[in-house]
Amino acid sequence: MLRSFFLFLFLAFASVTSRAQEIEVCKTCEVKTIQAAVDMAEDGDILRIKSGTYKEHDISIIDKSLTIIGEDFPVIDAEMKGTALSIRAENFSIEGLKIINVGRSHTNDFAGILVSNSKNFEVKNNRLDQVFFGILLERASEGIVSGNIITSDAKSQSTSGNGVHIWKSEKITVKNNEVIGLRDGIYLEFVNNSEIIDNLCKDNLRYGLHFMFSDHDLYKGNIFENNGAGVAVMYSKFIDMQDNQFRKNWGSASYGLLLKEINDSELKNNIFEDNTIAISADNTNRINYIENDFRNNGYAIRIRGAVYDNNFKRNNFLYNSFDVAYTGRLNNNKFSNNYWSGYSGYDLDKDGVGDVPFRPVTLFSYLVNKTPEAIVLLRSTFIDLLDFSEKVSPIFTPADLMDDQPQMKRISW
Amino acid sequence: MLKILKYSFYDLSRSLWSYVYFFFYLLLGVVLLFLNNDLSNAVITLMNVIIILVPLIGTIFGVMYFYNSREFTELLLAQPVRRSSIFLGQYLGVAISLSASLILGLGLPFILYGIFQSGAIWDFASLLVSGVFLTFIFTALAFNIALSNENKIKGFGLAILLWLFLAVVYDGLFLLSLVYFQDYPLDKFSLVASMLNPIDLSRILILLKLDISALLGYTGAVFKQFFGTGLGAFTSIAVLILWVILPVWRIKYISAKKDF
Repeated sequence: MLRSFFLFLFLAFASVTSRAQEIEVCKTCEVKTIQAAVDMAEDGDILRIKSGTYKEHDISIIDKSLTIIGEDFPVIDAEMKGTALSIRAENFSIEGLKIINVGRSHTNDFAGILVSNSKNFEVKNNRLDQVFFGILLERASEGIVSGNIITSDAKSQSTSGNGVHIWKSEKITVKNNEVIGLRDGIYLEFVNNSEIIDNLCKDNLRYGLHFMFSDHDLYKGNIFENNGAGVAVMYSKFIDMQDNQFRKNWGSASYGLLLKEINDSELKNNIFEDNTIAISADNTNRINYIENDFRNNGYAIRIRGAVYDNNFKRNNFLYNSFDVAYTGRLNNNKFSNNYWSGYSGYDLDKDGVGDVPFRPVTLFSYLVNKTPEAIVLLRSTFIDLLDFSEKVSPIFTPADLMDDQPQMKRISW
Repeated sequence: MLKILKYSFYDLSRSLWSYVYFFFYLLLGVVLLFLNNDLSNAVITLMNVIIILVPLIGTIFGVMYFYNSREFTELLLAQPVRRSSIFLGQYLGVAISLSASLILGLGLPFILYGIFQSGAIWDFASLLVSGVFLTFIFTALAFNIALSNENKIKGFGLAILLWLFLAVVYDGLFLLSLVYFQDYPLDKFSLVASMLNPIDLSRILILLKLDISALLGYTGAVFKQFFGTGLGAFTSIAVLILWVILPVWRIKYISAKKDF
């Protein structure tokens, strides 16, 4: 009794206070175009777009807090003419639209949904197909981009855009999106305190995820598969990378994860599988690599110059052609408590830790680093002999680069 | 010649060694497939075995067979048969029976495992083709050595040395020159150097077929570009055929002049 009374009160209150109006858009309705509906609408209105095809482009929403809901994925066909939907507002949400045929240009960044100078918004469950840029956020904050499926058929880098492109923004959550066949799957530049969670980036021309000058971000649970060059994280600090899968980034200039000028970050519980180079680290400082799996990669870890205080702990290195390739001095980088499938030592005291240290850098990987052409001798008998003798008594490879507590059993995490 | 070929072939197919060789490959194939459960991994491991063992066995077996059947050869020489057909027949008999052991020994387990339904069929085919080529090449080289050396010990020693050189030492010299001349562009050089050695050539042909090719980086791209084209495929097959023809021609040449 009391409950229904409150409910009544609440409903009465709500109907008095909210002037929220619902505007329906369809071919047979009073309002036939989305732009007209937007022009009519006032703050707080709901635009309900019925299914159908709307040949409209450059629909712009300025300073109106609208809720746009598409029913059964109404199609907005931009007819290759420009941006489909551009928004500059606060407190809005866009849901359930299908946007196709966004214009391509060398001078303008046309996008399916362009959000600029906005705050507190939600772009969710939309489908974008044949787009130049998918969802483009600039100078935005506190937004959520979730559940969108973005596809295109990018052919060359100069004539294609990025799936989710975020520039100069803050506190953005990108979640559960699928980006397939664009240039970069997800691109972040000057984006701080944001989260990239559970996305799938597949078959993109360049990177699955491209991270530039962005600090204090988390990316977690994403799958990056068969992209041109995997994931690049550059010039950033305090990045948290967890539970991601980097797969099948094969190609002569391809890698799972490229780290360049990254500081104070952590990689945990990631899986790297079938990549030419799983991690290429260049100029990275104070990074912790903990409990990651490296399976069947060409190189598991390739360390280029100026890498200091990197910590590799409790990782599984399984059947990679090269576990570690290393240039330069040891520089206080540490390998400890990892499991190496190539380890052939023994454990007499049965404490699960091998009694002989493992040296992950083979002479051949050292040689290949110096003379890249030597790679043609991969898997030849002479190289196997060479590696064996170097293993017995290291002369060329850094003698102190070793894991002195190699695990006997694969680490489960 | 066909008669002698047939005779050598039947002789060898009754020989214990052919069966040992056959069962060795059979066992290898079965064990690899059951341990790996992954066809393309098995192909990679097999490649390692093939580029070492096939040449070694071809050489040893060739020399051994030649020395062992010497009395019979002398008997044949007394008959009105052409010299070239005696030696070529024997050579083909050995090479064909070794190849048959290889193909059957590896083929059976892989066929039972279902290679025909798998995408790895072409990798496997290229593996077998290079294995057969290596058998023909190294048996011919072994016959050459045996023909030129009456002394068995010396012949065996030379045969082993030849194998050691092509399988191991050549790559060492190759690597040394790569490291020594690293300031120069080495793509062309490494391309040519790996074409000259049949073992290296077959290794690279198989590697390029497999997924690993992406690992080869820039140099690999150069190789792939070359071997991927019709010209490259033609050249590499031509080089392999040349490696067979030249020693065979020399067998014919020496056997025609040799005083028994």
